[in-house]
Amino acid sequence: MNNSLIIGQYVPGNSLIHRLDPRTKITIIFFFVFIVFFANNVPSYGVLIVFALTAMFTSKVPIRFIMKGLMPVWFLIVFTFILHLFVTKEGTVVFELGIFKFYSGGIIQGFAISIRFFLLILVTSLLTLTTTPIEITDGIEDMLHPLKRFKFPVHELALMMSISLRFIPTLMQETDKISKAQASRGVDFRTGPLKERVKAIVPLLVPLFISAFKRAEELAMAMEARGYQGGDNRTKLRELKITKLDIMGYIVFILVVAILFVTRMYG
Amino acid sequence: MRKALIEFRNVSFRYEENSPWVLKNLSFTIYENEFVAIIGHNGSGKSTIAKLVNGLLFPQQGEILINGITVNEETIWAIRREIGMVFQNPDNQFVGATVQDDVAFGMENRGIPREEMIKRIEETLQAVRMSDYRLTEPHRLSGGQKQRIAIASVLAISPKVLILDEATAMLDPKGRKEIMDTVSELSEQRGLSLITITHDLAEVVQAERVIVMNQGEIWAEATPREIFSKRKELREIGLDVPFVAILAEELKQVDVKLTKEPLNQEELLEELWTLHSRT
Repeated sequence: MNNSLIIGQYVPGNSLIHRLDPRTKITIIFFFVFIVFFANNVPSYGVLIVFALTAMFTSKVPIRFIMKGLMPVWFLIVFTFILHLFVTKEGTVVFELGIFKFYSGGIIQGFAISIRFFLLILVTSLLTLTTTPIEITDGIEDMLHPLKRFKFPVHELALMMSISLRFIPTLMQETDKISKAQASRGVDFRTGPLKERVKAIVPLLVPLFISAFKRAEELAMAMEARGYQGGDNRTKLRELKITKLDIMGYIVFILVVAILFVTRMYG
Repeated sequence: MRKALIEFRNVSFRYEENSPWVLKNLSFTIYENEFVAIIGHNGSGKSTIAKLVNGLLFPQQGEILINGITVNEETIWAIRREIGMVFQNPDNQFVGATVQDDVAFGMENRGIPREEMIKRIEETLQAVRMSDYRLTEPHRLSGGQKQRIAIASVLAISPKVLILDEATAMLDPKGRKEIMDTVSELSEQRGLSLITITHDLAEVVQAERVIVMNQGEIWAEATPREIFSKRKELREIGLDVPFVAILAEELKQVDVKLTKEPLNQEELLEELWTLHSRT
């Protein structure tokens, strides 16, 4: 059995950020995404960077985990920077390289966009790094609760999410088992041309799908046998609680927003 | 006279019209605090019985009464409160993200207040000796441990009957024994009726009464000891006779006089050494 298996990127811990209610974290991040686009000068970017980095250090998540989260978007950040460098033709020419002229506006614009990108990714990955998937699910369920009045299946959605999360490791173990079984019958997953390797996945996926459907059927029956009749009249074991810490979190964020707008106007 | 808890009255069932009957005119009664084993080979209709009791299926003919209430669309939710079921596959009945979430699932469905849930989780996990695993995720548990959690989550809703539907079939012999010991101990403590459905004769020895199913009908209904003595007939209907019973038979053939049918190795051993001192 694979014991190192971690769903999502959650890094266990007990920091202030870990202890925040998932709803607080989701709300703050939601507004942060908007706020980022209001920054327009060096001090205002400074405020956002200080906020994001403070949050990062408070979370006590090792830097290498955060870097791992940034890895896939690194390319995007560099690419947008270079694109702005070539395309934007504002300000003065800083230097020339053959037929290309690089403008100061391009460099500044490139930097600004890259920093925005970097901040967005950093803060959102902090959410998944410090919150278990199940907490996020609970948070979303609670926040979508008002939609219930419009017949939106909030409870069902949350249950679906939590069951899929619970079955990811199970299905991964199963995939491992099936791929070994098929490999022992001579299916080659690792070598050969790409087309052959894609073809080799078919004998892996078919049994996996069949067993997933069988599991679904049995699970549904077990749930019914245990008295599941939908979300009405249900109590919940997991409870979300807004604490003093959350109120402090909101206050800090509101102050940051206020400072941002001050620097925006006077910076 | 004990109180009847589960009553089958002339029940017939088939999965689809025109397909053969899975259960044919079946009648039996299970009483309060009783430990009954239902045994039969694959396709004998034994698992269908469990699903009928719980209202997961409904019979085409006949009537099923649980605690005096007929099982039908309106009563199933009340009836499911009284009946706890543990199924065969440990993975496919584990709903929660962690052990405590799974134990809570059945209680959440019944609208039990949170404080009560926490109390009962503690209690039931202790009863199945899994207290240290309260926050563990299912993929870090063995099959036997998952089945123990399944039993805990059933106990948490304090049912009157516990049905094990091939609950040990996917476990190794050690896990199997652990589950059976846990279950029989708990049912005694809590005054539960226990129904175990199995194809493994070795699992019925602790039962008070055994119902042997064959082709949708009751083939025999007796104590484990009586059933064990019908080796030849059992083999004919496709059941594996345990090693101890085969050994006892062979011993009888060479004129070793056993006073009673041994159910396990200890009993056979007891028989043999007392026999030696008698002669």
